[in-house]
Amino acid sequence: MTLEIAQPNLPKAPEPETGSPRYWGLVWKQFKKRKLNMIGLWVILILVAIAILAPLLANSEPVYVKYQDKVYLPILQKLWPISKLNLYPELTGVDLKDWKAKGAEFRYTPVPYSPDDYNLEEILEPPSIYHWLGTDQQGRDVLSRLIHGSRISLSVGLIAVGIYTLIGIFLGALAGYFGGRWDMLLSRLIEIMICFPTFFLILALVAVLGQDLFYIMLVIGLTGWTGIARLTRGEFLKLRNQDFVTACLSQGMPTRRILFRHLLPNAMAPVMVSATFGIASAILIESSLSFLGFGVRPPTPSWGELLSQAKSVIDVAWWLTTFPGMAIFLTITAFNLVGEGLRDAVDPKLKS
Amino acid sequence: MSAYLLKRLLTMIPTLFGIMLITFLIVRLAPGNPVSLKIQAAQGLKSTALSQEVTDQMLKLYGLKVDLPAGYENFIKDKPAPVRKALEWLGQNTIQFKIWLVNVCQLNFGMSFKDHRPVLEKIREALPITLTLNLLEFLIAYLISIPLGVYSALGRESAVDKGVMVLLFILYSLPTFWVAYLLLMYFASGDHLNWFPLGGLHSEGYETYPFLMKIGNLMWHLVLPVITMVYGSFAFITRFSRSTMLEVVKQDYVRTAWAKGLPRRQVIWKHAFRNSLIPQITLLGTLLPALLGGSVIIEQIFSIPGMGKLAFEAISSRDYPTIMAITTISAFLTLISLLLSDIAYAFADPRISFEEKQQA
Repeated sequence: MTLEIAQPNLPKAPEPETGSPRYWGLVWKQFKKRKLNMIGLWVILILVAIAILAPLLANSEPVYVKYQDKVYLPILQKLWPISKLNLYPELTGVDLKDWKAKGAEFRYTPVPYSPDDYNLEEILEPPSIYHWLGTDQQGRDVLSRLIHGSRISLSVGLIAVGIYTLIGIFLGALAGYFGGRWDMLLSRLIEIMICFPTFFLILALVAVLGQDLFYIMLVIGLTGWTGIARLTRGEFLKLRNQDFVTACLSQGMPTRRILFRHLLPNAMAPVMVSATFGIASAILIESSLSFLGFGVRPPTPSWGELLSQAKSVIDVAWWLTTFPGMAIFLTITAFNLVGEGLRDAVDPKLKS
Repeated sequence: MSAYLLKRLLTMIPTLFGIMLITFLIVRLAPGNPVSLKIQAAQGLKSTALSQEVTDQMLKLYGLKVDLPAGYENFIKDKPAPVRKALEWLGQNTIQFKIWLVNVCQLNFGMSFKDHRPVLEKIREALPITLTLNLLEFLIAYLISIPLGVYSALGRESAVDKGVMVLLFILYSLPTFWVAYLLLMYFASGDHLNWFPLGGLHSEGYETYPFLMKIGNLMWHLVLPVITMVYGSFAFITRFSRSTMLEVVKQDYVRTAWAKGLPRRQVIWKHAFRNSLIPQITLLGTLLPALLGGSVIIEQIFSIPGMGKLAFEAISSRDYPTIMAITTISAFLTLISLLLSDIAYAFADPRISFEEKQQA
C-alpha cells in the first residue's frame, strides 16, 4: 500500500505494447474520432473500388444482351481471368449491332464508353448527358479515361510504396539492430540518396529505362526508401536493448525471427504513417511524369496524361484541365488526410 | 568544433564519390547512346549504313570511347566473347569514369552533346534565373508563413487556427502543375482575364527598355510562376512554424516568463518566438538545394530558362554531360547545405554541442 502512495505518478494502466492488437485497437479508436480522417478513408475505399471495378463501370461492351430468349453477358469476355474461358463460343464473329437491329435487348455499363474508344465526330465535346465530363481531342470519353486512369494512379502509389517500404524496412532493420559497420554503410547510402535531386533522378531513370508502368513503380521505389529506412533504423536502435529482445535471444531464436517477428511489429506504426504519405507523393510523382510526357505510354489512360493533353487546348476545353486535376487532388488529399490522422493517432506525444 | 568540421568534410568524400559513381552508372547503363541517336536523326531514321569507323570516331569525339591500355587489350584478347565484352565494358567505363572524375575536380564538365557549348556556361546562364525566382518565392513564403504559423499556434484550436490549417492542408495537396494550368487558363489566356503573359521571362524588345521597366517587366512575368511555387511551401512552412511554436510555448522557461509577469508581447516575441526559429534552420537546410535546383515542372510550364528547364531538356535530348553535371552539382550543393545547416544550428542554439552529436 505504502508503495503505491509513494509513487503517485505511476500510470493507471500499463500502455499496451506497440504493435499488439490492443495497441492497433486504440489507434483505430483515436483515428475514428476525427471526422475528416474517416472521410479520407472512405474516399480511398471508394477509389479502390472504382479502380477494381473499372471495366464494369466504363466499358463500351454491353453488360447484358437478351436475344431470342437467351441471356448473354458479353462484358465478361473482356474481364481478364474470365476472358480466358471463352464463355460464349457462339458470339465469336457475331456483330452485336446486327442483333440490336433484330430487336435484342441491350444493357450497358453506367459509362458506355471504353477509355480508348475514339470518335472523331465528337471531339472536344463539353460535358453533356452523353459524355458527363466531356471528350478529348480524339473524342474519347473523359470520365471513362478517368475511371480507368485510377487504376494506374493507385497501383503506382501502392506498389511503388510497397517496394520502398520493403527496402527501407530491410536496410533500416539491419542497420538499427546490428549497428557498427552496417549502420555506417547505410548512413552513407542514405546520405548519397538524399543528395540526389529526387524528381530529376526519377525523370532521368525513367528516360533511361523506358516509359513502362513497371519501371515507373520500380524507380519511385528505388529512390524513395530513405525515409522509411531512417525511421526503422531509429526504432530498432531504441528497441534492440529491451528485455523482450534479450528474452528472444536467450531462447536461441534465429536472428531473422527476432528481427521480423518480434521487433518489426513494434516499429511498424511510424512506418505505416510514412508509407501513407508516401502513397500520396508517389501518385503525384506518377502524374507529374505523365504530365511531362515521361509517364506510361499513350493510349494507356493516366490522370497526368489527360492533363498534359489539355496543354494544347487550354483555352477551349476547360473540362480537360479541371476534372483530371480534381481527381489527382482528391486522391492526394485523401491519402494525406489519412496519413495525418494516423500520425496523430499513433503518436502518443500529440495525444492530448 | 574544428575536429568535428574536419570529420564531416572527410566523410563527404566517400559520399561525393558514391554520388558521382551512381550518376555515371545511370547514364552509362542506358541502352543506346547519343551518338547513334544523332546519326539516326541525321540519316532520317535509317539506322543502317554507317561504317563502324565513323561511329567509333564519333564516340571518341564525345568521349564515349577511349583507347584501352595495350596490356589490358592483350589480356582480354583471347578470352571467350561474352567475358571479353564484359571486361571491355568494364575497362572502358573505369577509364572514362576516371577521366570524368578528374575533369570534374578541375570544374570541367565537358561540352553539351546538344549544342557543343561548355556545360558550365549553360549552367551559369540558367542559375541566376532560378535563383531570382526561388529567392522571391522564399522571401514571400517566409514573410507570410512565419507570422501566420505563430498566430495560428497562439490561438490553438480556435476557429481561425482550424480554418487556417484546413486551408493550408488543401493548398498542400494541390498538384503544382494543375494549379499552374488553372492560373494560366484564367489569368493568361484570351478567354478570361488576360493579365499576365503565358510564359518566358521578358517581353519582346526588352533590351531597349529603361532599367526600371526591365525590372517591372521581369516581375510581371514572374507573378504566376512565383504564386505557383509559393503556395506549396507556404503550407509547409506555416505548419512547421506552428508546430515549433507549439513546442516552445510548452517549455518551462516560457511559463517562467509568464509567471514573472512579463507583458504578452515580450513573452511571445522575445522568449518564445526566437526559440521557435531555431528548428527553421533545419528546414532551410533542406530547402536550400531546391533554391538552386529549380523546379522542372514549373520552369517547363512557364518556359523559364532556368535550371529545371535545362535539366528537363538535357534528359529529353540525352545530353549526358549536362545530366551528369546537374546531378553532381546539385548533390554537392545539398551536401554543403546540410553541413551548413548543422553548423548554423549549433551557433543558433548553444545547447547543442558537436561532441554530443558525435556520440549519438
